[in-house]
Order: sequence, then C-alpha cells, then structure tokens
Amino acid sequence: MDMLKKFSHSSLALPLAALALLLLFNAIFVEDFFVIQVMDNGNLYGRPIDILYRASSLIILALGMTFVLATGGVDISVGAVVAISAATCCVLLGGDVSGIPEHPFFVAIIAALLVGVIAGIWNGTLVAKFKIQAMVATLILMTAGRGIAQLMTDGQIITVYYRPFSYIGGNIPGVMLPTAMIIAFLMVCLVIFLDRKTSLGLMIQSVGINPTASRYAGVKVTAVLFAVYIFSGFCAGTAGLIEGSLIRAADANNAGLNMEMDAILSATLGGTLMVGGRYYIGGTIIGAITIQTLTTTMYAIGVSADALPAVKAIVILLIIIIQSERFKTMFREWRLKSAGNKAAKEASNG
Amino acid sequence: MGKFFSNLAASPMFAFYVTAALFIILFGAGSIAFEGFFSLQVFLNLFIDNAPLIIVTCGITFAILSGGGGIDLSVGSVVAISCMTLAYLMRDTTLSPYICMVIVLLIGIAVGLLNGILIAYFKLQPFIVTLGTMFLCRGLTAIISRESVAINNAEYSDLAFMSFEFGDYFISLGAVIALIVVVICTLVLRYTSFGRGVYAVGGNEQSARLMGLRVDFIRVMVYVISGFCSALGGITFSWIMLSGYAQHALGMEMDAVASSVIGGTQLMGGVAFIPGTLLGVMIQGTILTIISFEGTLSAWWTKIVIGILLCIFIVMQALVTEHRNKLMSLKAESTGKKDKKAAKA
Amino acid sequence: MQESNDDYILHMKNIDMFFPGVKALKDVTFNLKKGEIHSLMGENGAGKSTLVKVLTGVYLKTNGTIEYDGKIIEPKTPLESQLMGISTVYQEVNLCANLTVAENIYIGREPRGKFGQIDWMTMNRKAKELLHNEMGIDIDVTKVLSFYPVALQQMIAIARAVDTQCKILILDEPTSSLSEKETEHLFSIMRKLKNQGISIIFISHFLEQIYTICDRITILRDGEYVGEYVVKDLPRIQLISKMMGKEIKEDEIEANVDKSVPEQETIMEFDNVTVPGKVKDMTFNIKKGEVIGLGGLLGSGRTEIAETMFGILLRTNGTIKVDGTEFSIKGPMDMMMHRVAFCTEDRKAQGIIGDLSVRENIILALQAKAGMFKHMPRSKQNELADHYIDLLRIKVSDREQLIRNLSGGNQQKVIIGRWLATEPNLLILDEPTRGIDVGTKSEIEALAVRLAKEKRMSVVFISGEMGEMVRTCSRVLIIRDHEKLTELNGDEISTAHIMQAIAGDYHGHA
Repeated sequence: MDMLKKFSHSSLALPLAALALLLLFNAIFVEDFFVIQVMDNGNLYGRPIDILYRASSLIILALGMTFVLATGGVDISVGAVVAISAATCCVLLGGDVSGIPEHPFFVAIIAALLVGVIAGIWNGTLVAKFKIQAMVATLILMTAGRGIAQLMTDGQIITVYYRPFSYIGGNIPGVMLPTAMIIAFLMVCLVIFLDRKTSLGLMIQSVGINPTASRYAGVKVTAVLFAVYIFSGFCAGTAGLIEGSLIRAADANNAGLNMEMDAILSATLGGTLMVGGRYYIGGTIIGAITIQTLTTTMYAIGVSADALPAVKAIVILLIIIIQSERFKTMFREWRLKSAGNKAAKEASNG
Repeated sequence: MGKFFSNLAASPMFAFYVTAALFIILFGAGSIAFEGFFSLQVFLNLFIDNAPLIIVTCGITFAILSGGGGIDLSVGSVVAISCMTLAYLMRDTTLSPYICMVIVLLIGIAVGLLNGILIAYFKLQPFIVTLGTMFLCRGLTAIISRESVAINNAEYSDLAFMSFEFGDYFISLGAVIALIVVVICTLVLRYTSFGRGVYAVGGNEQSARLMGLRVDFIRVMVYVISGFCSALGGITFSWIMLSGYAQHALGMEMDAVASSVIGGTQLMGGVAFIPGTLLGVMIQGTILTIISFEGTLSAWWTKIVIGILLCIFIVMQALVTEHRNKLMSLKAESTGKKDKKAAKA
Repeated sequence: MQESNDDYILHMKNIDMFFPGVKALKDVTFNLKKGEIHSLMGENGAGKSTLVKVLTGVYLKTNGTIEYDGKIIEPKTPLESQLMGISTVYQEVNLCANLTVAENIYIGREPRGKFGQIDWMTMNRKAKELLHNEMGIDIDVTKVLSFYPVALQQMIAIARAVDTQCKILILDEPTSSLSEKETEHLFSIMRKLKNQGISIIFISHFLEQIYTICDRITILRDGEYVGEYVVKDLPRIQLISKMMGKEIKEDEIEANVDKSVPEQETIMEFDNVTVPGKVKDMTFNIKKGEVIGLGGLLGSGRTEIAETMFGILLRTNGTIKVDGTEFSIKGPMDMMMHRVAFCTEDRKAQGIIGDLSVRENIILALQAKAGMFKHMPRSKQNELADHYIDLLRIKVSDREQLIRNLSGGNQQKVIIGRWLATEPNLLILDEPTRGIDVGTKSEIEALAVRLAKEKRMSVVFISGEMGEMVRTCSRVLIIRDHEKLTELNGDEISTAHIMQAIAGDYHGHA
C-alpha cells in the first residue's frame, strides 16, 4: 500500500498510467497487438516493435530536449536541424542511380552529426553568450533552418540509391532489431550514463532553478548551457540520419516537421516542466513511447492521419490538466467533501 | 552626437525606429533595383496580401505582451478551421454568409477562452496549452473535410472581391479591416485600463496582482483577443483563398511571432507597440515582393532572410538592454556623487 | 485606563489561518489605533506577513473577525481591501518596472478623459504633484520605473499607497533596501502621515528603527499572539526575549571573542584594487585565523568588495594575491580553487537553489569545484550532507527536503554548509544574519568566531549591525563611498567607534 502510494505520487505515474491504458485498449480492440513474429529475413516484426521503431527518433530528440528544458530553455529548432542533417547526408552521398556514393558513407554520417553540433553551438552562443531567451534564439534557426536545407538540396528532393544508407532507418542485414531502435537504445544508455556517473544532472538542474545562485556557487553556467544545446543539436543530427534514411531521401520541407513539438510534449508528459528544474529521463522515454503508441493505435482503429492531431491534442490537454496543481487541489477538496458527506450521512443514519 | 545616440538607444521606442528605418531601407532598395516597384499600389498590395497575417500578429502580440511565457501557437490552426468552417457551412447549409462569419468569430473566441482558462486558472504553460489547441484545431479541420472545399457562395465572393478604389489605386476589404484592427489594438493598449493592465501583467505579474489588477481576467482576455483576431484573420484569409483546407496557414504562428519580434515586441512580455508589429509584417511582405520581382530567386530565400533579420533584431534587443543598464548604473553613480556633494555643503 | 472604542481603526480578533497541513496563525489578536505607528514584531516565520496578508485579502482566514472602521469586513482580494482604504507596500518593490512612474502610481484608477480613455496629461501632472508634495521628490514621471534606483522605487510605491486615500498603511520591511539617509526621509514621511491621522503598520527587523518611529508593538511568536506593548515601556532586551520566548544575556555572546589578532601570516592581499564605479583603490590584507569586519552603510561598497574578493567583479587596476601568489582571475571558480568561499547577501536570489534538496545544495559548490566528470558517489554525498546538518544544527526533516521549504535561518546554514564543504581558507559572509531570527543569528556569530579560532580559517564578516561586528570581529575595515576610510583594531572596536569612524570623526590608533 505504501509502495503504491509512493508510486502514485512519483512523476512516472501519470505517463505510465496513460501508456498502460493505451496498451489495454489495444489488447482488447486491436487483434494480435502483442504478437511478435520473426520474419523470413530474420527481422522481428509486430506492433510493439513497430511502435518502438517509429518512436526511436522522437526518443532521441526528446532526450536532448529534456536537458534543454531542465535548464529553463527550449530548443524549437530541432525539427529544422533534422531537415538540415538529413539534407547534408543525402547531398554528400549524392543521388546517383547506380548507387555509388559521391563521398564515403562515414564522411556523410560524421558531416550530418557535425551539422547538428554546429546548430547546437549556434543556439548555445545566442542563449549562453548573448543571453537571449531560448525560445527566441532557437526561433531563428527554426525559421531559417528549412531554408538552409532547401538551399543545400537546391529545392529538390534528393533520392539516395546507395544501399547501406537505408540500413540506418531499416535493418542492418542479419540483425533482428531495426537499427533506429539500437541507436535510440545507445543514446538512452549515454544519457543515463551522463545522468548517473557525472554531475551534469545536478549542474543542469541548478542552472534551471537559479542561474545566479549557481554561478555564485561556482557552476559554469555558460558551459552548462552550451553543453545542453550542443547535445540537443547532436540528438537532432542523429535523428536526421534516421529520418533521412527512412525515406532514403532528403525532403527539406517535411523531414522532422513538427518534431520539436512532439519532443517537447514527450518531455512534458514525462514530468519535466518547461520552467526548468527537475527532469525525468524515464518519464521522457515513456512520454515519447506513449505519443507513438497513441499514433499507432489511432491508425490501427482506422482514424485518418489528418484527424490524428485532434485526438493527440485531447490526450495532451487532459494529461496536463490532471498534472496541474489546481486540478489536484480541486480533486482533494472534492474528496474531502464527499468524505464529509459520507460521514454526515452515516451520522444521520446512525 | 554620442549622447544623442545613447539617448536614442535608451528610449523605449528605439526598436520601433529601427524597424521603421529597416522598412524604408528595404522598400527603397526594392525601388532602386526594380522598375515599377516604387508605386503606391505595390505598397498597398503589402496590406492586401498580408491582411490575415497583420490581424493575426496583432492578436498574438497581446498574448506575448502579457508575459509569463505568453504565446499563442494556435493562431495558424484557428485560421485554418475558420476557412474550413466557412467553406463547409456555405456548401452544406443555407445560412447567410454573415451568420457564418459570426459563427466563425465565436469559434475563435471559444478557442481563446479555452486557452485562457487553462493558462490563467489551471496555471498551465501557454506554450503547451496552445500547442494542444493547435493540434486540436488542425485535427478538427481535417475531420470536417480532408479535401479542399471551395467557397462558391456569390454573396460571399462579392465581399472577397470588394475593393475601395481611389484614382488608379485600390485596396481590398481585408486590408481595410486589417488597418482598423491595427488602430483599435493600438488605442486599446494605450488608452484603456485593460490595455495598460496587459502591460502591467507582462511586466510583473505579482506586482500587478498586489496593485489590485484582475490578473486572471486580463490573462484570459488576451487569449480571447488572440483567438478572435485569428478567426477574423481566417475570414480575411478565406477571401484570398476562397477555400477551406486543412493545410491552410500552416506555420503562420511562427510568421506571426517573427513579425511581432521584428516589430519590437519582447518575448519576455511587457514591451510591445502595435504599429511596430504592423511594420514587422510589412517587412516580411516587402522581402517577398522583392523576391517575386527578382524572379529567379526561390521563395525559400524569404525564410533565410527572415531568420537573419530575426537574428539581427534579437541580438540588437539584447545589446540595447545591456547598454541601457550600463547607462543607468552610470546615472545612479553620478546622482550618488551629487548627493555626496550636497551632504558636504 | 479605559479607552473608548472610537480610538481604534482596526480590531482583528481570534484570527486562525491554515495552510495545507500547517497552522500559520493561532488565535491572533491585533488592535490598531487611529493615527499611530504600530510595529508588528516576531522572528521569521512568526506569522507577521501572514497576518498582514490576511488583512489585505491575499490569504483567507480560517476563523476570527476583522472589524475595520466599525464594520466587520471579509476582504477576499487585494483590490477589495485597497478600495476599503488598506494600502500595502511590500518588502520587495511591487511595481511594474516596464511602466512609467505615473502609471505605477495610478494604474487601476487612471484619470479618464471625455471618451473614457486614459488621460495621460492629467495623470502625469497629478503624479508629479503627488511626488513633490507628499514625498518631496522631483523626477520625470514619464520615464519608465526601471530607470530609477530601488530606493526611489520604494518611495514611489509609498506614494501610490498614500494616494489611494488610505486609512491604514502597511509597510512590510520597507527599509531593508534603503540607506540610512533614505530611511530618515521615509521616517519623516511616516510622521507626516501619522499626523494626518493615518494608521501605519510597520514591520522591520531593525530594532533601532522600531524604537525611533513606533508607538506600540504587537509581538507574535510561532503564529501565536504574545502581547501588545507601548514601545517606550519595553526595554530592548525584553522585546528580544519575548520574541524568542527565552531569556538571553547580551554579554554572554560578547564574552567569547578573542580581540587580539592571533597571527601575522597573510592569506589575502589587496593592493590598490579598483573596479570602476564599484571599488576604489582598495588596499588591505587579511590574516590567517582572524575575523575581519567590513563596516559601512548599506550601499557603501561592502558587497562590491566581497564580490571582488570572490572574482565576481573583475578589477581593472591593482593586484590581488591569495597566499602570496598572484594569478589570473576570470570568475568565481579561480577564487574557489584558491579556497575562497562566499555566502552572498541576497540569499534567495544568489544563494539557494530552491527546488533542489538540502543535500544537493550542500554538495553543489564542492561538486562544481571537482568538475562535471568527477561525480561524487551518493554515499559520499549523504555523508557530507549529514555531517553539515549535524554540525550546523540545521533543522530539516531529512536531507532530501527541498531547501525552499526551510526557514530563512536554516537556509542560511545550508549555504554556509555548502561553503564549509569546500574546506575554504577564507570565508566571506555578507550579511549572514539579515532577516534571520535572533537565535540563529547568535549561532552564526559564534560559528564565525569558532571557525577562526579552531580551524584557523579567516572569516570576512559583513554586517549593517554594529553590535554584530563588535561581538565577532578582531579587526574592522571602515568603508564609505567605495573607499576604505580607516581600520579599527582589537579593543578599539565598539559600536560608538565604528559609527564615528563611518562619520569620519574617528581614525583609530593606526
């Protein structure tokens, strides 16, 4: 009972409950939801795998976003950075139909990641050095980013025929799990390592709660801010590789579209507040999976892709209302009142 | 001379002057570069083409001005749902276009009310709440119809094509409405206690509360205004497009935020000037016009130029604020010295 | 002596007030006469601010009655109480920095023109007149508030409160950001208002101010009513013991200070150090194991000197040596590496990380010093935190409690613990006892002395309270207008000498 109480007060309770509810819904209404099969080519297949697979790049982005949010900032440029990163990789590989890349694959990968890091340095400079509000600072790259991606691809959609490129978004031959899942898993490990084995977490949170006091306690505020934006950029670069590989093309207009919003949502659902301070890695991951599960579920029961945002919105609004202090107070008062009524009734009966 | 610039930079209107100068420079550059650019009609076209964005930007400026992370991301999707509702009602019902417009405005107010109540009374973050309503409205728009719906109502089309001619020049009804909205918003912010209340709440919410202002009411109202302006913007948008479509005005919220910031609004709240935001929209429009006159440049250059402009403005704001603080500390010091002299005397 | 009920403007009777889980006020009584200055006294957390907020409608009382001007009232919002004539000036200036001075005075009740629009001309004129007549200040009221220094903003806040035709004016620690001269000015205004028949509730931590300006005192302790006294009949020592609920003897604290300078080994040296506009030509040295005071008025540059010592302000001229060596100073970290620690004056803004636990707040500086990748294991963190909670007798439910839920005194101790954990050779305490209850105050004073004596730590003690410096310091530097005037040593240090030295009438033996 005590455990249960502790759990229901923990930050993970709500996202987990939402996820559980969704899964329950699926278990009842969607046939063979939990069935996982081994395909002929040795790959695993099934809805749960599919959900994790499709949630991969969102998880990666949301991890970076969580740190940024914890410092009291936000990075709304990640969607655009995904587009730039995908464009970089595709342009370097080239659209030759024969499948021969213009530049070696590893050069393209490193360049794509580097572009993400550069975007992070840019954002970090504006936020940490020029002390510009994070949303405004990252708005610049959000606005200009897709233009830059267009510039790189010359307004075309470049299709890459080089086979190994598709391995990132698909499966490496002979590996059962999709590569994206593996990359996401590695990123989660990296973040957990940073969280547990370094004091980055403490620094990030203290900067998010009180930057002045942190500086006076010797915390290198500028360095911490730089670090989180660079990491966010790196995450966006990684996600860009996955997104580009998924469609084997650079689509400057649609790659990573609205992903910054989903990333912020994942972190917020997981209990990390946008005002900075405490963050919850586990919550973020579950938040991202919840959002993807919701999407997959809606498709499974035949809701059209266009109407999906409406369902998503209602879920988001419900969850943030339930998370709000006001709702908790209202709920508490209601319970007290009903308990009082009950007592009164019993008293009148007795 | 140096002192003159110091004073200028310290003035709260500094951002507005810079925006105005920038607009003149851009428009001047276009006039020099392209024949036929420097004409009243090209200037008027800025209003005609950007009427929806002007109206929406006025609304979003209220939300940003109210501070506390105030922002309204739902504006673009409200424009879309407005167009769709109009198209749907006029296709499938026999309601008069005017009643349809009233219904649309009520929808805008309702969305604003929902935003406002969640933000003011449930103390939720504006970014997340309006992100939610943004998804909601987009989704609802698509539920009404996934396909584009044309508006064929004759009476309504008349409104759309209505223009006010003077001499060789003309201006559309949408542009006139946009100008009226600009004037009303400017007056409300300057001459009503509600308007000044918005500034106060944006400057320091707690102080505003302790000074007896109805902070929560003001907060709800700014989102209602933003919702209303979005719906009105949606109506003028439908006069341009004459259709409803789920992807209408995609990303308009960011255009509006960018215009507002270029027009001198500070995203922290408490500082904004509506004529400035109008200029912010016009600058975007001028860039688009220049690109279309040029002919060979593609439209995505607009995004990059806007990004660069945003960057310049934002860095400038940061530097000016710092400069102003420096001026103030110098001033404090010199008055301190005066005190000392007075004490000795 | 029977007083008629007409003499009173306000009776608050049997006031109870609950916060979720806590009883903040228990059966409190408060009576205010017409045209008196009445002080509300108590340690931090005694319920002074809560009582005021119940009166002004910020909080809702649970029980009790408020009788104001002969009527029972139930204020529910600040606006409601304001309209009834109860005006408040809060501790932190509660105005809007982005609005003009005139607006700040008139917002919510702006003069109107023909169409109901705000009449800016009239508003500016009225604001100018009001400030001139009531406050004796002449400034450009069309400038935004942030243009003016905090002291002036405080005056503007009072002007606003006075102009609302108030019958009760509540001043909640208005003097904490004012210099002595500005405080004098404020007092003359308060006397003027009193003569006009306005009742003033005055909350302050400065005992002297209470005795200078107030007529009567109501004392609260732990949310309970202790008593109501006439100021001139209540000796200071009595007042303190009533606030604390125990008897104290002042000389007891005084006795445990060794006034002789024990060592000659220098730990920090300032030679002609200048920071433009902040520190002027500062030359002094700090010896090992001494408690050295920086005496001077608020705003005299004491804090700036401390900030220079810690590398927050960077010098343009002169040399700073720690342990005899000069090195490049780019920020606090360079000083921390040379074992300097700094407890800031503004605890809330510059000290605590509110949403972190006591443990995290304690290890923060040590961890920052070690760097991001030398992470302290959790067991070590716990051990450290427990050690300092014990050593400093910090009252917490457990080490994972959030620091923002502690009282001011305990927060201060956590911050001191944070710095002790870095094992400094030089500890700078800037106003460590401001806004802290008397008990904790003397504990911190004693701690400073003990650290110097037992650990041979050098302590820089900055305080606006002369008595505190007398009790702790073996040397006091006198600061005025960002300059060092003189230095007092050993037995020279007394309240009278310090005050004379600040005034420039005493130069010490040196």
